[in-house]
Amino acid sequence: MKEQLETLKREALEKIEQVDDMQSLQDIRVTYLGKKGSITKVLKGMGKLPPEERPIIGEIANKVRNAITEAIEAKTIELEEIALNKQLEEETIDVTLPGRKVRVGGPHLLTSIIEEIEDLFIGMGYEIKEGPEVETDYYNFEALNLPKDHPARDMQDSFYITNELLLRTHTSPVQARTMEAYDGGKPFKMICPGKVYRRDSDDATHSHQFTQIEGLYVDKNVRMSDLKGTLDKFAKHIFGEDREIRLRPSYFPFTEPSVEMDISCKVCDGNGCNVCKGTGWIEILGAGMVHPKVLEMGGYDPAEYSGFAFGMGPERIAMLKYGVSDIRNFYTNDIRFLKQYHHM
Amino acid sequence: MYLSVNWLKHYVDLGNITPEELAEKITKSGIEVEGIEYVGENVTNVVVGHVLSCEKHPNADKLSLCQVDVGNETLQIVCGAPNVAAGQKVAVAKPGAELPGGFKIKKVKLRGVESNGMICSLQELGVDEKFIPQQFVDGIFVFQDDVEVGQEVVPLLNLNDAVLELDVLADRADALSMLGLAYEVAAILDTSVKLPNEELESKETERAEDCVDVEVEAKDLNKYYGAFIIKDVEIKPSPQWMQNYLLAAGIRPINNVVDITNFVLLEYGQPLHAFDFDKFASDKVLVRRAKDGEEIVTLDRETRKLTQENLVITNGTVPTALAGVMGGLDSEVTDETKTILLEAAYFDGTSVRRTVMQTGLRSESSNRFEKGVDPKRVKKAGLRACHLLEKYANGKVLQGISEFDELDYSEKTVTVETERVNERLGTSITAEEIASILRRLQFPFEQDGSVFKVQVPTRRQDIVIFEDMLEEIARLYGYDRLPYTLPEGEDHVGGLSEIQQLKRDIKRFLEGAGLMENLTYSLVHEKDVNKLVSPEIKDLQPNPVPLLKPMSEDHKYLRLSLLPGLLHSLAYNQARNVANIAYYEAGSIFVSQEETITKQPKEILRLSGAITGNWVENKWQGEVKPVDFYVVKGIVERLFELLKMNVEFEQAKLADMHPGRTAVIKLDGKVIGFLGQLHPSLAKQSDLKETYVFDINMDLVFDAYEYDVSYTEIPKYPSVSRDIAFILDAEVKAGDVEAFIIEVGSPLVKSVEIFDVYEGEHLDEGKKSIAYHLVYQDPEKTLKDEEVDASVEEIVKAVEEKFGGYVRS
Ligand SMILES: [Zn+2]
Repeated sequence: MKEQLETLKREALEKIEQVDDMQSLQDIRVTYLGKKGSITKVLKGMGKLPPEERPIIGEIANKVRNAITEAIEAKTIELEEIALNKQLEEETIDVTLPGRKVRVGGPHLLTSIIEEIEDLFIGMGYEIKEGPEVETDYYNFEALNLPKDHPARDMQDSFYITNELLLRTHTSPVQARTMEAYDGGKPFKMICPGKVYRRDSDDATHSHQFTQIEGLYVDKNVRMSDLKGTLDKFAKHIFGEDREIRLRPSYFPFTEPSVEMDISCKVCDGNGCNVCKGTGWIEILGAGMVHPKVLEMGGYDPAEYSGFAFGMGPERIAMLKYGVSDIRNFYTNDIRFLKQYHHM
Repeated sequence: MYLSVNWLKHYVDLGNITPEELAEKITKSGIEVEGIEYVGENVTNVVVGHVLSCEKHPNADKLSLCQVDVGNETLQIVCGAPNVAAGQKVAVAKPGAELPGGFKIKKVKLRGVESNGMICSLQELGVDEKFIPQQFVDGIFVFQDDVEVGQEVVPLLNLNDAVLELDVLADRADALSMLGLAYEVAAILDTSVKLPNEELESKETERAEDCVDVEVEAKDLNKYYGAFIIKDVEIKPSPQWMQNYLLAAGIRPINNVVDITNFVLLEYGQPLHAFDFDKFASDKVLVRRAKDGEEIVTLDRETRKLTQENLVITNGTVPTALAGVMGGLDSEVTDETKTILLEAAYFDGTSVRRTVMQTGLRSESSNRFEKGVDPKRVKKAGLRACHLLEKYANGKVLQGISEFDELDYSEKTVTVETERVNERLGTSITAEEIASILRRLQFPFEQDGSVFKVQVPTRRQDIVIFEDMLEEIARLYGYDRLPYTLPEGEDHVGGLSEIQQLKRDIKRFLEGAGLMENLTYSLVHEKDVNKLVSPEIKDLQPNPVPLLKPMSEDHKYLRLSLLPGLLHSLAYNQARNVANIAYYEAGSIFVSQEETITKQPKEILRLSGAITGNWVENKWQGEVKPVDFYVVKGIVERLFELLKMNVEFEQAKLADMHPGRTAVIKLDGKVIGFLGQLHPSLAKQSDLKETYVFDINMDLVFDAYEYDVSYTEIPKYPSVSRDIAFILDAEVKAGDVEAFIIEVGSPLVKSVEIFDVYEGEHLDEGKKSIAYHLVYQDPEKTLKDEEVDASVEEIVKAVEEKFGGYVRS
């Protein structure tokens, strides 16, 4: 009987080894281990054995049964794996076909620049202020030390709506409004981005509508060196750590002293090239110490308070930073232009 | 302002400084040099020649054959200029000469005759045609007789000059004169200024006052008027050197008298005017406001109608000049002029400016009066001109000046404390350094320790207060030497306001949803201004706001909607074969309800979008889906969901929109915008394919917005769902049924979702089936089936009753 069992085992294991489909394996299980299977049959004949042999044969029968079961299980796993591999093989796709296009939009280049500058100044403690685009002559000019008939009014030919109302020519009126709102009451730091308008014919370098960001800091003991330090931080942040700045005297009615800030030309590293017209420097923005008359009109006592102000054009910054050569690109909204500047 | 370096050398010792170095220094200390022009760059081997004979070329009608003495030899030269003649002294480019533009002169044969050089015109020597004296424009240049034959032409014609082009800003009126620039350069180079000669040789006994009376009626506009009388003047060309400097400054030489007034204008910054006194037709100068309707023919031969705004010089009866702007034609200096009335006056800048604005006549004179001239230089300029008229026009200058004088010659005193300078600049400049800067500026001062009382010369009208002096000190000290510091005042917490942050978040949401931001113009064409205006704005009955003086029809009105601009953007791209575009813009519209504008219009922030073409496009996978109403609605819905605001969409008929595919967006029952398909006829008109838009009044949204991220407990008990499909009349709105289900099913029904809409086969005509997916939940317990079934039954009954539908089995 023992031999019979061993033979069955050998026979079964051999069959299992050779099997290559699940159904045959199932059949083998039934053939050997099923209720009517060979092993079962052998065990049924155990009653005829002498009692002392029964446990021995029983143990052998169990071992044989276990060996076959294990072999079937192992084979099952093997066959399943083969089947899976076959399925995966069949599922193979062409990974070089294009992916589904994810629809993404993005901000306008000027918005990106403005937000970048906003964030820089927010980090330095500035608030963002906004104001109307249609301004009164008072806030656009008079409160900024530009009385009627002031010759500097020529510098900005304006779009008037009435004799007293116009499209603001700079965002400076927001400075005047902010000072007035604080009523001489407290030191503050703010920047005001926004749209401005001038009577210019649209061409590659002029636009009747453009954007501006101005900044104003009013406190006791504000120094011109603070302005220089702040502008240096700005220039390095926006144009790169290796840029140098220089201040040149200039004139704005609302600041005294007034300066123009240049940065060293990135193209030629300050040695002079076409971009910087051979000077090694590129004009970026205007700035200065707030004129005492402007402080006074804003309700701040110039004997006690001082301040600095600066103003820049995001279009100009974008043009320098990204090499945009025509200002009209910002307003024609050609998708091929807008898309170029979306990146992380 | 053009600054001739050669001319400047008459007043300031420039040492060995190059024009480039000088330009750099001037720029850095305050006046921007925008460019340097080298007048006769590359001119060599051009000398003065004497035309000994001039005959017709044997083989050509229009050419002359000249024998020209050039000092050491006589050259035969063929010349094509019509004005060449024997006896002239001319500029001869000898063989081997080089002219501007790399042009080289060689011996040549012209129509069979040898020509050994070229007789030059000023153009050929590099002078800009617009400045060339009239008689030489169409031919060669002819020297005055006193030049030496064989001499190099370069210095004679100032061709070795460098001219700096200065951008003089409004405050630096002093820099509109050679003397002012001399002081500026002297301060930069720390050297002194040589002043011009104003002395007269005149032995005349007759006095100007005997010839002419001066009366000023408009004393507020004319504080000084001086009349000089110069007799027996000889009108001829001015000396070559003077012409050279005028050319360098961009002024065309005319004759000695006119040139001298222009020369002194440039030298002193003081405009002068010369009248032909014989044609002045009276012995009285009366300065007054013009009468309304009075006329004058100005030097440019235009008849000007005047108003009381204009200040005029009259001969007691009729205007003879527009004060400070332009002289009258009647008393113009001509070749026949013998006696001159020379005016040196101080006119009010504002009045001159108004006359300029009114007449459009802008001149070198008006520009200087507008910005303010130096009171102390008015009379001196007159004397300087007299000096030159004596010398170069053989004029006899009468004694004295017939004048009116109420001019304030006083100098302002500004106190400068060293400590305050350093406080403002963040520097540690010493009192000694400040004293040195003041000396360089040639500002007299009294020093008391570290405090200076500075007496500001009248030439610097721009310096009035301490801050003005601060700028002088800072710029000469050098901004390069200013330290870099950061504010040390009170700390500020910067940041975006809640609304500013929200604006950014909304933009990022739209961009994430696939829309690209646009910037369009606020000024629009009349035909666009009333287009696609949102109903809640239309209800305000706005009057479009036009500009007083628009530059073009395209940009004439302040916009009332962002959509026309966005549609132009779409059309622009479609015209360039870009079919799928999704754009949005956030910007202001300008609403005024006034018939005639007196107040600022209300600026309302709007968020608008326009989408056209395919929304989904995966071609090889066979998925192409054009944008439709529900794409746009989905974006808008999601936006308000994120804002935690309940908005409703209500079918609406709006102008320029598709009558069946448009909805207004309502918040608390009030319209806050709209969305839908652009009317196909407008789309066609705008060269657009099927286009969908949305437009939201963000001011109303922000007003209603409440920041709320409070915690809501996650339900512990399971939810139960049920699907119900109703057969309804086709006109019934799915949204109405949905809202009704929520109303009836409240509070257990947590959400209702439409998952199927069907019309057509198996359904009667005019019917549709809408399937709703209902989710029930009780926060307190697990719901029992019976409870849910009861609710469903109630809902079905209610819907059947209200909408006349029935449940599809
Ligand atoms: Zn460069």
